Amino acid sequence: MFKLVIFPYQYWKGNRDMEMPAPDQSIIARKARIVDRLRSVLPADAVIEDEVETRAYECDALTAYRCPPLAAVLPASTKEVSEVLKVCHAEGVPVVPRGAGTSLAGGALPTADSVILGVARMTEVLETDYDNRFIRVQSGRTNLSVSGAVEEEDFFYAPDPSSQLACAIAGNIAMNSGGAHCLKYGVTTNNLLGVTMVMMDGEIVEIGGAHLDAAGLDLLGLICGSEGQLGVVTEATLRILRKPEGARPVLMGFDSNEVAGQCVSDIIKAGILPVAIEFMDRPCIRATEAFAGAGYPDCEALLIVEVEGSDEEIEAQLSRINAIARTHNPVELRESGSAEESAKIWLGRKSAFGAMGQINDYMCLDGTIPVSQLPYVLRRIGEMSKEYGLDVGNVFHAGDGNMHPLILFDANKPGDLELCEAFGADILKLCVEVGGCLTGEHGVGIEKRDLMVDQYDPEDLEIQMAVKDVFDPDWLLNPAKVFPLASSQERRIAAE
Amino acid sequence: MQTHFTDEQMQDPGIQRANEILRSCVHCGFCTATCPTYQVLGDELDSPRGRIYQIKDMLENERVPDPKTVLHIDRCLSCLACMTTCPSGVHYMHLVDHAREYIEGKYKRPLTDRLLRWTLARILPYPTRFRLALLGAKIGRPFALLMPDARLKAMLEMAPKHIPPVSRNDDPQSFAPEVPRKKRVALMTGCAQKALNTDINDATIRLLTRLGCEVVVAEGAGCCGALTHHMGKTQESHGTAAKNIRAWCAEMDGDGLDAIVINTSGCGTTVKDYGFMFRNEALAEDAKRVSDIAMDVSEVLMTLDLPEGESKETVVAYHAACSLQHGQQIKTYPKDLLKRAGYSVVEPADSHLCCGSAGTYNLMQPEISKKLKDRKVRTLEAKNPDIIAAGNIGCMMQIGGATEVPIVHTVELLDWATGGPQPPALTAEGKRAPEIPILR
Ligand SMILES: Cc1cc2nc3c(=O)[nH]c(=O)nc-3n(C[C@H](O)[C@H](O)[C@H](O)COP(=O)(O)OP(=O)(O)OC[C@H]3O[C@@H](n4cnc5c(N)ncnc54)[C@H](O)[C@@H]3O)c2cc1C
Ligand code: SF4
Ligand code: SF4
Ligand code: SF4
Repeated sequence: MFKLVIFPYQYWKGNRDMEMPAPDQSIIARKARIVDRLRSVLPADAVIEDEVETRAYECDALTAYRCPPLAAVLPASTKEVSEVLKVCHAEGVPVVPRGAGTSLAGGALPTADSVILGVARMTEVLETDYDNRFIRVQSGRTNLSVSGAVEEEDFFYAPDPSSQLACAIAGNIAMNSGGAHCLKYGVTTNNLLGVTMVMMDGEIVEIGGAHLDAAGLDLLGLICGSEGQLGVVTEATLRILRKPEGARPVLMGFDSNEVAGQCVSDIIKAGILPVAIEFMDRPCIRATEAFAGAGYPDCEALLIVEVEGSDEEIEAQLSRINAIARTHNPVELRESGSAEESAKIWLGRKSAFGAMGQINDYMCLDGTIPVSQLPYVLRRIGEMSKEYGLDVGNVFHAGDGNMHPLILFDANKPGDLELCEAFGADILKLCVEVGGCLTGEHGVGIEKRDLMVDQYDPEDLEIQMAVKDVFDPDWLLNPAKVFPLASSQERRIAAE
Repeated sequence: MQTHFTDEQMQDPGIQRANEILRSCVHCGFCTATCPTYQVLGDELDSPRGRIYQIKDMLENERVPDPKTVLHIDRCLSCLACMTTCPSGVHYMHLVDHAREYIEGKYKRPLTDRLLRWTLARILPYPTRFRLALLGAKIGRPFALLMPDARLKAMLEMAPKHIPPVSRNDDPQSFAPEVPRKKRVALMTGCAQKALNTDINDATIRLLTRLGCEVVVAEGAGCCGALTHHMGKTQESHGTAAKNIRAWCAEMDGDGLDAIVINTSGCGTTVKDYGFMFRNEALAEDAKRVSDIAMDVSEVLMTLDLPEGESKETVVAYHAACSLQHGQQIKTYPKDLLKRAGYSVVEPADSHLCCGSAGTYNLMQPEISKKLKDRKVRTLEAKNPDIIAAGNIGCMMQIGGATEVPIVHTVELLDWATGGPQPPALTAEGKRAPEIPILR
């Protein structure tokens, strides 16, 4: 839920001066007492309140917005989470849940009067059941280590955000994260069976469970994607799948972004559905190759197309896909020859955002366009890049048209960020023009909060906020996110 | 990331480098996932990303380091797993080295801390003093008076049961190749290693000469300086490093050297960084010459046609020292060589994690170190190996102290497979090494 449909470009003007509610000075004045109470329910090293230390918790992977919290706590169990929330509830202190802090939307950005509740110490596997194909974990466990826990039995957890090495299941659930292989397997919500959640008043609730469809209202669907607005998820039951018999990525290099875009469009048109179709252009290819050494071809645009199944199935699908690729005169068409090679090919792709940091600072956009428009949009982005004098890297899930243009700029150079923002605005305008929409695979968080009014009419927002009223009547959870401040103002004041 | 250094601050070459590194970090958090201390402590402050953030804040504001920041930096193992993981190429090593130097210059540590560090810095890099200290530790006296500290216990525990006699092979000299000479190489004999285990250098010399190397132990070369370097004691570390640079350059300018061979990967990482460490000093050029030909012993062996050995039943669990796999990015060579020599090689789960030895870390941070040690031993033993092999004396001491499985240096196994004696650690005799070392 709470996911955006359209992303108007006006938003990009001046987004650095993100408006936040004034912190509650009475809470800040009570810091010592609040910290004492937190210490009374947690081990000593699980409460962080020194100002030199809280700063490390002032932002997530979106560093443009920062604010050190009042304190940060690191509980190790559902019970401890519950105790913390009881204290915060009693003291009227806002709480910002945090997983691994890899959000690109500022979802885990604190306020000066809030407590960061980090679940990074909650990493245990609680139960694995291969017959019924599920695993139950504490929510701080990283996405990749969930697969790691079932690997020996040839199982895996399917949703694979590029950040899967580091991001926590908690954050995945909050953001309903997706990834390259979600073209086939669906995103987090399609693979989540149940959660243990602690409500703001400390009550522990179980929602869903190890069954496909729990009876009654689909509360779980509500929780998944709720960005820490409704409760703190402490445990999760996840569907695990048997690994496919085999999987093989193929690398296709092209002379231009446009031609690569055309190839994607043709593959989809032919009715073939590979498990993943990923796109990378020259700047990204270079940067990731420098890190992963996957042997990406030296070309303008690269597609990584992966198919799964038995050897025969793989051969059959690849022969059709390769035939389509050949009609676009690829400069290289190479199937992975070994498991090690495949691993490197994916390591490169999944490191692409980070690898771009070798070149410069970047702003990561996040939008979706009709696949048929890929060639045109890519060409226009290239032209605009020349006009603005700023390089762009493109790396994205091409199969579902989910684009992530990364505009490179120099954060230390005055004026560059503004230029970058204007450029971003133009790209977004373009996406809207071609009939696309800008969905947030990365969530709304703080970054897209003020756009909600452009997306939803007041009634829609009202319904969403009414849901929050039920779960968090005092509006203490993850303050000032998701809902535009003007829309939530009345409720926030009433809650004080 | 955006940084806020003033033009004036940017005059300092150390800050320039720090700025360059900080600018390349995009705060993505990938590195947290492979950091051993984050695995154990689960706190952003004890993760690479968090440490980078703390260092940035400290340097930008020229803050006098506070005890908490120092604690989090001290807890860093310098294992450099974060550098392997970072897609953005953030050179964490140079950043944390700079931070340590900054802390050493501006922070007054508590007395016991200062004494402990002072003592270690004055003992470990000097084989004779270290040998005496080990004897002392065995009896358990001198330190007990100095430091009534938890770390003391770790120190006493760390002292090995057997201390070998001095090996005359570690004296300056040249060993002739057994076959026509292919290469002339200098062997770095190390410092602590000389006192703790003489089998490694002996085996290295046998193996290299057998494969056609003239092996020189250069006059005047000694400790690499890593230990004091990691304490931020730049003067000391540069002092010992400079001696090495002069000693090896003299050899290079004399009969010439094809490589400087290092069989303690912790030292190797540092020697390979001499070029950077001395970049603004008179020795810059010579330092770079040394770094350019510094090689881990496995790198040299890869160029020497190690004969293929008959396949053996022996299962060797290879422990990848972090200084080798992360610091020098040497991941496959030791395994390739062992397999070539006929051993069957296995690797533990989570092989990217440090064993917790990390120079003096096991002495300074015994609790975290022990957790990492136990985890490493558990994953190694799970593979049911006959032998454990590693390329770094620190890891060998750390792991060896916690398992019944014998642990040897990779070169000892390669030496054995190509005609050398069985590694003493594998024989009953090895276990009966003289109680009191003969000080010659
Ligand atoms: C390099 C890079 C690549 C990325 N690639 C992808 C990608 O391919 N696909 C994708 O979807 N995303 C991607 N992301 C974004 C990000 O990784 C995901 O949004 C991820 O799910 C966040 O997880 P986290 O544990 O880091 O959460 P955090 O950043 O800590 O928090 C994210 C949100 O979850 C909430 N939250 C955290 N813990 C809890 C809890 N216990 N209970 C309730 N709410 C909680 C927070 O309040 C916050 O709103 C990428 C990020 C980076 C840096
Ligand atoms: S992985 Fe690299 S870029 Fe990402 S936070 Fe760590 S050091 Fe910074
Ligand atoms: S060097 Fe090792 S311990 Fe230090 S921050 Fe990097 S990964 Fe963590
Ligand atoms: S590892 Fe380097 S610093 Fe440490 S004892 Fe050996 S030579 Fe000295």
